[in-house]
Amino acid sequence: MARYILKRILTGIIALFVLAAVTFFLVRLIPGSPFQSAATSSSVVEAVEREYGLDRPLFEQFLSYMGKLLRGNFGISYSNPGVSVTEIIWRTWPVTASLGTAALVVSLLAGTGLGTLLAVSKSRGIQRIISGGAMLASGIPGFALAVILLLVFSVRLNWFPSSGLSSPLHYVLPVTALSLYPAAVITRLTGNALRAELQKEYVLFARAKGLGETRTLWTHAMKHACRPVLGYIGPASAFLLTGSFVVESIFTIPGIGREFVNSITGRDYTLILGLTVFMGTVVIVVNLIADLLGAWLDPEMRRAYRES
Amino acid sequence: MAKAIWKYIRKDRQAAAGCVILGAWIFLAVLVPFFGPYSYTDQNAAIQNQGISILHWFGTDKFGRDIFARVWYGAGISLVIGLASALINGCIGAAYGAVSGYAGKRTDLILMRAADIIASVPSMLYVILITLVLGAGVVSMILGLCISGWIETARIARGEILHLKESDFALAARLGGASPFRILIRHLLPNASGPILVNVVFLIPQAVFTEAFLSFLGVGLAAPAASLGTIIREARTQMLLYPSQMICPLVVLCVMLLGLNMLGSALERRFGRPEGGG
Repeated sequence: MARYILKRILTGIIALFVLAAVTFFLVRLIPGSPFQSAATSSSVVEAVEREYGLDRPLFEQFLSYMGKLLRGNFGISYSNPGVSVTEIIWRTWPVTASLGTAALVVSLLAGTGLGTLLAVSKSRGIQRIISGGAMLASGIPGFALAVILLLVFSVRLNWFPSSGLSSPLHYVLPVTALSLYPAAVITRLTGNALRAELQKEYVLFARAKGLGETRTLWTHAMKHACRPVLGYIGPASAFLLTGSFVVESIFTIPGIGREFVNSITGRDYTLILGLTVFMGTVVIVVNLIADLLGAWLDPEMRRAYRES
Repeated sequence: MAKAIWKYIRKDRQAAAGCVILGAWIFLAVLVPFFGPYSYTDQNAAIQNQGISILHWFGTDKFGRDIFARVWYGAGISLVIGLASALINGCIGAAYGAVSGYAGKRTDLILMRAADIIASVPSMLYVILITLVLGAGVVSMILGLCISGWIETARIARGEILHLKESDFALAARLGGASPFRILIRHLLPNASGPILVNVVFLIPQAVFTEAFLSFLGVGLAAPAASLGTIIREARTQMLLYPSQMICPLVVLCVMLLGLNMLGSALERRFGRPEGGG
């Protein structure tokens, strides 16, 4: 187990390094200077570039950037020189994290609940409704849903506020928009896995020895069926993070996603770089935790990893 | 293979429905821009922001452009991006996974770790970076989608090949003196094509979704090129006044994603691996 953890963490660190390096060089490849505009003369642009160290050789810039990154310093926003990228991350990340966690919890609860219902239900009607609904839900892009929710529930019906994130009521629409797709995927995963588990012999044995249907389901079958769901948490967190780009823009929530979109449209390269590296780190770390949790629960996965 | 798919599609209702949606989609995306009465760029100040009518089925936008023509032009672009990126990703993934699985041992380990590293970053970030570097456009969008889109396919292909290379027919081919390349191309990959195909079909709606998502944010395609995402984005500024301008392209997009997903999951039931988890 210790070797597995070590290996997994090492892969994570390499991934982070590659991400930072690739992002750095890609951003430097973008044609034109970030300070260029019609109104500034070329001597001013040169002076500002010297100020930011952009005149030095590319590799030297890279080394100094990586050095700063290791100390948690993401540099200073180009378009807003008074603010450091770290400050922006500190300000916006808690907002996005709370929204994302809420969406993850909602989608896990709804997904496993509906998935279980799908697997154990004897009625074809319920099965049809759930699997059809999951199919339909996974076909609706999050931004479409967000816009429709905004139009219907806050503009027309005025039930929920349309912007900000200051009260629990504010969470309802963005969380719904974010969690619909992951919930649909989890429903399908749980449903399929549980149905497969329920046909296995140990379930038959548990029933034969007189164990109640609920106990059989929750203590025996569920333990195996939750594996694919656990494996999906990593991708789901990545999805929620990128999903926050639009949901935060639509509901004007001051989170990291909106900041990222603004940095792209404003061509604020240090901010793009810093936020990309930060979000990549978050996804890598969540993946790592989910994987370790999976390995802890499931010896087979550990073995497969060691052998491969 | 093609015959088997066709036979299956005719039997399965969901697959048939998916095919009908996709067929209608392609039909309209080709027909409307080429033979329709309106162009997707022609502006007409006399007919701004009209509602749904017989002349303009989806109404007109704030520049007086016919939304029906624009939607189907954009739908074509979305489809081209989806198909092209899925095809490229499928080819790269199948080749990468096949080589990795067949070579085994160290090569396999290194190749799959490299894939893990690439896959650990959300693909949306790659696409955004590529469109920033190369400029917004269809080509950079496809390129961005191809940076990490093939990894899922590669994993599936690798798993299949690992399993198949132990089989008797692979051994027979090797004893017959076939080269590793020939064994892969002629014997192993055709047998692995079911799960790979299923995965590639699912890549299409993913790519369409990513494109629409980014264009909606304003980092996808640049004007005058229009995709469903950009049309929805343009309608957003006046969605309170003219919601139909936004809802029409949204519905078209959702129906397309739905059709592709239906086709994908129907094929998955028939040709995919029988396990539950993805």
